Amino acid sequence: MRVVIAEDSALLADGLTRLLQAYSHTVLAVVDNAPELLRALSEHEPELAIVDVRLPPTFTDEGVRAVLAARRQRPGLPVLILSQYVERLYARELLADRAGAVGYLLKDRVANVAAFVAALEQVAAGGTVMDQEVVSTLLSKRNGLDGLSTRELEVLAEMAAGRSNAAIGARLHITEKAVAKHINSIFTKLALPVSEDANRRVQAVLTFLDQ
Amino acid sequence: MPISDRLKLRLVLLRDAGVHLVLAAFGLALFCLLVPSIVVVVVTVGIPLLAVELPALRGLAELHRRWVERFYGIELPSPYLPAPPTGNPIVRLAYQSRDPARWRDLAWLAYNSTLGLAVWILAFVYGLFAVIFWWLPPLPLQHLNAAVARALLSPNRGWYLSERVNALSRSRAGALDESASEIRRIERDLHDGAQAKLVSLGINLGLAEELLALDPDQARRLLTEARQTSGAALTELRELVRGIHPPVLADRGLVGAVQALALAAPLPVTVRASIDRRLPAPVESAAYFAVAELLTNVAKHAQAGQAAVAMELAGGRLRIQVSDDGVGGAGLSPDGGLRGVERRLSAFDGTLRVHSPAGGPTDVVMELPCALSLPKTARSSPTG
Repeated sequence: MRVVIAEDSALLADGLTRLLQAYSHTVLAVVDNAPELLRALSEHEPELAIVDVRLPPTFTDEGVRAVLAARRQRPGLPVLILSQYVERLYARELLADRAGAVGYLLKDRVANVAAFVAALEQVAAGGTVMDQEVVSTLLSKRNGLDGLSTRELEVLAEMAAGRSNAAIGARLHITEKAVAKHINSIFTKLALPVSEDANRRVQAVLTFLDQ
Repeated sequence: MPISDRLKLRLVLLRDAGVHLVLAAFGLALFCLLVPSIVVVVVTVGIPLLAVELPALRGLAELHRRWVERFYGIELPSPYLPAPPTGNPIVRLAYQSRDPARWRDLAWLAYNSTLGLAVWILAFVYGLFAVIFWWLPPLPLQHLNAAVARALLSPNRGWYLSERVNALSRSRAGALDESASEIRRIERDLHDGAQAKLVSLGINLGLAEELLALDPDQARRLLTEARQTSGAALTELRELVRGIHPPVLADRGLVGAVQALALAAPLPVTVRASIDRRLPAPVESAAYFAVAELLTNVAKHAQAGQAAVAMELAGGRLRIQVSDDGVGGAGLSPDGGLRGVERRLSAFDGTLRVHSPAGGPTDVVMELPCALSLPKTARSSPTG
C-alpha cells in the first residue's frame, strides 16, 4: 500500500513510517502542514493518507479541513484521521459525502499495532473505521435506530468500529454465522438497496453514525 | 370619567395630602429639635438627643422613599452606610456624620418642613375645594414635593459606585475561589491519575527490559500491561483537557463546540445560533461550560424528550437560551448546579434566569456581555 503521512510531531511521524514499513507498505511522503499535504496528495496519488487533525500554522482542525478539500477533488480518497481527541462533529463532517473510505481514530490506538494496521487496510479498501469513543457515545443515545434490536445495534456499533465478522463474533461471544445473520437483518431493517456486501456495510455504518 | 370615580380620585388625593401634611408637621417638629441638637453636640447633651432624633429622621425619610417609589413606579434603595460594628454612641454618631445620605436627609427635611409644608397645606386646602367644587381642575401640587424628595432622598452617584464596587469585589472573590479550587482539582487529578500511571508504566518497561532475555513470556505480559496503562493515562489526560479547555472549543469556537455537545448529549438537542464570529476566549469558555452544565442537568433531572439551545448576539450581549420539554420544577437552590452556573457567570457580569413551572417546560436564559473581538484564529500549542 502506498501512503502519505501528514503529522507535525516528528516522533509520531517516524514511528508511523517505521510501523508501515515493517508491514511492507510504502511511505511516499511525510509532510507537516496542510498545504504540503494537498500538494503531496495530488503529486503522489497515494492509496491512503494518514492525517493529523492539528497541523501548523494554526493548530486547530486544519487536518480535517484539508482532507475535506482533498476529497472534493478526489472523491473517495481513503483517509485516516488521527487525533488526540475525537468529536462526533468531525466524524459527521468526514462522512457527509457518504463515500466511505474514512477512518477516524485516537492516536492512542496506534499502540495496538495489529488492530491499527487492520484499520488502515479496511479504510484503504473503502471501509469506515470509527474510534470506539465515537461509537460508544452513539450507543448511549436514548433514541437508537428504530426497529433494531439491542443485539443488532451492538453488531452495528462493532461494524462502525471497523471490525470484521470474525472479530465481532469473538467480542460479542456469538458465532460468525450469527453475526452474518444479524447483519443481514440490519440491512433489511435499514432498507438498504441490494448491492455488493462491502458497500452495504459502509451504508449501514453511515446510517448508524448519522443518527 | 364617571362622577363617582372622579370623586373617589379626589378623595384619595385629599387623604394623601392630609397624611403628608401631618407628616410634614411632624417633620417640622423634628427639624426644630434636630438643628439645636447638632449645635449643642459639642457640649455632649446633644449626643443622647441625636441618638433618638436621627432614627426618627431616617424613619421619616424611608417612609417618603416608599412614597416616591409608588409615585414614580421606580426603585429607590436605602442609601445609608452600614451601621458601625460597635455600640459606642459617640463612635456611631461620628460614623453617621460622615454618611452623605444623612446630610441629604437633613436637607430634604429642611425643605419639607418649610416650602414642602406650605405646598402640602395648599394641596390639602385645594383638595377640600376640589371635592366640593367638582368643576375645579386638579392641580398637580404633590408633584413638586415628590420631585424634590426624589432628588434628595435617592442615593447619590457615589453610593451607586460603591455598590458596584461591592458587587465586583464579591464576584471577584468568587471567581478567585473558583479558580483556586479548580487548580487544586487539576493538580490532584494529575497526581493521582496520569502521573501515577506514567510511574507504573516506567516500572513495567524497566522490568520488561530486565526480563527480555530470561523470561520473554513474562516480558511480553509486562509490555502489554504497559501499553494498556499508557492508554489509560492518555484517556485521563484527555478527560482533564476537556474539563479545562475542550479542543473543539479552541478549534471551532462556541457554536461548533455547542454543536459537538448537542451531538454527545443522550437526548436529541437542536442548536440554533446566529453568531458569525469568534467571541473573546473567556466568554466562549464560560458560555460553553454553562451550556454543558445545563444540558447535563436536562439529561439527569428533566426526563425530557428533547432540548434546544438558541444563541444570539444582541447589543454586545451574548444571549443563550436552553430549553427542554421535561417535567420542570428546576430552581436556583443554594447548593444546586444552577446556582453554580449563575455564580460563574456573575464573574462576567452575566445573569441567569430560570422559568420552570412544575410540569414543565423549562427555560433557562443566560446573558453575558462580551466585547467583540475581530475574527481571528485561535493559537494554541501544537498538541496534534
